Amino acid sequence: MTFELTVNDKTHIVDAEAETPLLYVLRGELGLNGPKYGCGLGQCGACTVQLGGKAVYSCLTPLITVGEREVRTVEGLGGVDSMNPLQQAFADEQAAQCGYCIAGMIMRAQALLDENPHPTEAEIRSHMQPNLCRCGTHMRILRAIRRVAAVPAGAAA
Amino acid sequence: MLAAMAAGVLALGLTWRPTISAIDRPQAGSFPAAQVNQGAILAKLGDCAVCHTATGGRALAGGRPLATPFGTLFASNITPDAETGIGNWSYEAFRRAMRDGVSRTGSHLYPALPYDHYTHVTEGDLQAIYAYLMTRRPVHAPKPDNKLIFPLGFRPLLAGWKFLYLRHGDVPYDSGQSARYNRGAYLAEGLGHCGGCHTPRNLMGAEVASKAYAGGIAEGWRAPPLNAENPAARKWTADSLYTFLRTGVSPDHSAAGGPMGPVVESLSSVPEEEVRALSVYFAAKMGKAAPAKAEAEPVDRPAEAVAAFPEGARIFAGACAGCHGPGAPMMSQGRPALGLSTDLTDSEPTSAIQAVLQGIEPPVEGRGPKMPAFAPSLTDGQVAAVLGYVRTRYTHKPAWNHLEHDVRQARKEGGQP
Repeated sequence: MTFELTVNDKTHIVDAEAETPLLYVLRGELGLNGPKYGCGLGQCGACTVQLGGKAVYSCLTPLITVGEREVRTVEGLGGVDSMNPLQQAFADEQAAQCGYCIAGMIMRAQALLDENPHPTEAEIRSHMQPNLCRCGTHMRILRAIRRVAAVPAGAAA
Repeated sequence: MLAAMAAGVLALGLTWRPTISAIDRPQAGSFPAAQVNQGAILAKLGDCAVCHTATGGRALAGGRPLATPFGTLFASNITPDAETGIGNWSYEAFRRAMRDGVSRTGSHLYPALPYDHYTHVTEGDLQAIYAYLMTRRPVHAPKPDNKLIFPLGFRPLLAGWKFLYLRHGDVPYDSGQSARYNRGAYLAEGLGHCGGCHTPRNLMGAEVASKAYAGGIAEGWRAPPLNAENPAARKWTADSLYTFLRTGVSPDHSAAGGPMGPVVESLSSVPEEEVRALSVYFAAKMGKAAPAKAEAEPVDRPAEAVAAFPEGARIFAGACAGCHGPGAPMMSQGRPALGLSTDLTDSEPTSAIQAVLQGIEPPVEGRGPKMPAFAPSLTDGQVAAVLGYVRTRYTHKPAWNHLEHDVRQARKEGGQP
């Protein structure tokens, strides 16, 4: 089947089976390697992208469900020379250890900040809960998000 | 006029309850350790912390909202803080609250505190729970104000509710049944207040006694019938109930979703015998479920389902089959096949919708099944299509009607994206 996808403000025509996970198309067809394959079961969040502004697991998002909703990957926020404030905060806080989870972390956090620019510490933690980091840099990731959300350091959860 | 005044005075007289004097908080050391330990177990069996702890809040310090058809109630602080908790409550005040639904200061409590069940708890057990609560660390946490529809903020009305629906007394002992069954009955009807969710409620919010365990609604999820109408494909046994209540998943039935998760978490750490007793009791209640057999093969009709729901079949293949399909890694971990799931055989799609929208959290300390939430990625129509597909594929039941409408409604009520 042929699908028309809007990814990072660009339109693409993709020829694939209806049940193909969006993740495979982003990486395999469109060369967007920000989203990662982690578990393929919606358990780790490494594949997180935004669909219609919401953070979703692209590994569990069949192509047929995308429709006209806009897809955004970490590449759509900015590149190495043009990082958006959240990407810059992740870099400044050295939030990446191995980095495998980071694109998913940024996309989930950005979805929260787009909806609610000044979330509380509790809202940040609850929103980020689905995404895992096996290196254990959660505290740096939280610091990076707090930096953009302007939550005072050490604010009670 | 005089008659009206007399009636008013009489009504106030009937609804009025005295204040029980405040006391100084009892010293923690004044309670025997064994009693406090027993109280800790009983508090788990009564699920006290489930309602009386806010998300991310201190245990038992209250503040958790409970949405009801009558408005939103907030759980009170039951730590022994003198000002905002129950630190200055004597045992007599605590017992009156549990048995009669009256606070220390004499005001009537809403039956969100299930005193219609707690009234059956024995004196010794109430004393142990009191000992446990009074030895917790006091937390200063004022309770948010309830937001109820008019005129339910007027508490004396609750005296009328109690007159109609509050029945005191012990849980009757059935001498034709085992001691274990009777222990299960005592726990289920009293502290466990299982009927609070699994029995339908009337327009006054009271459990319908004639329909005990015929299934109810809890926080948007369906609490399935625990009587002969239980729709499980495979019959529940005392052993499978034990596994379910202890771990949150029975390989032959279902995983605990929504508000059942915290119940399982409580039951995961009480003495085994108590959970065995509950299991024996409910296995007997469901015992007459005629069509279900212990070894029924799970239904699987992919051809019929794909013909009826082609879009649902595609979504299932891409979004669900990685875990629920034959040979998926999850299926080799003793997780129930969809063909055995009560959520799919139920006459209402309520819990199936919630499981797809919200997912399922592992009930016991992060162990157990975790289903991701699909609310952000699937539209109402897509959720309806995939549920139509799985209902046809995995059951012989008639299709659910107005699925898309029900999905939209559930999403709206749950405040989901």
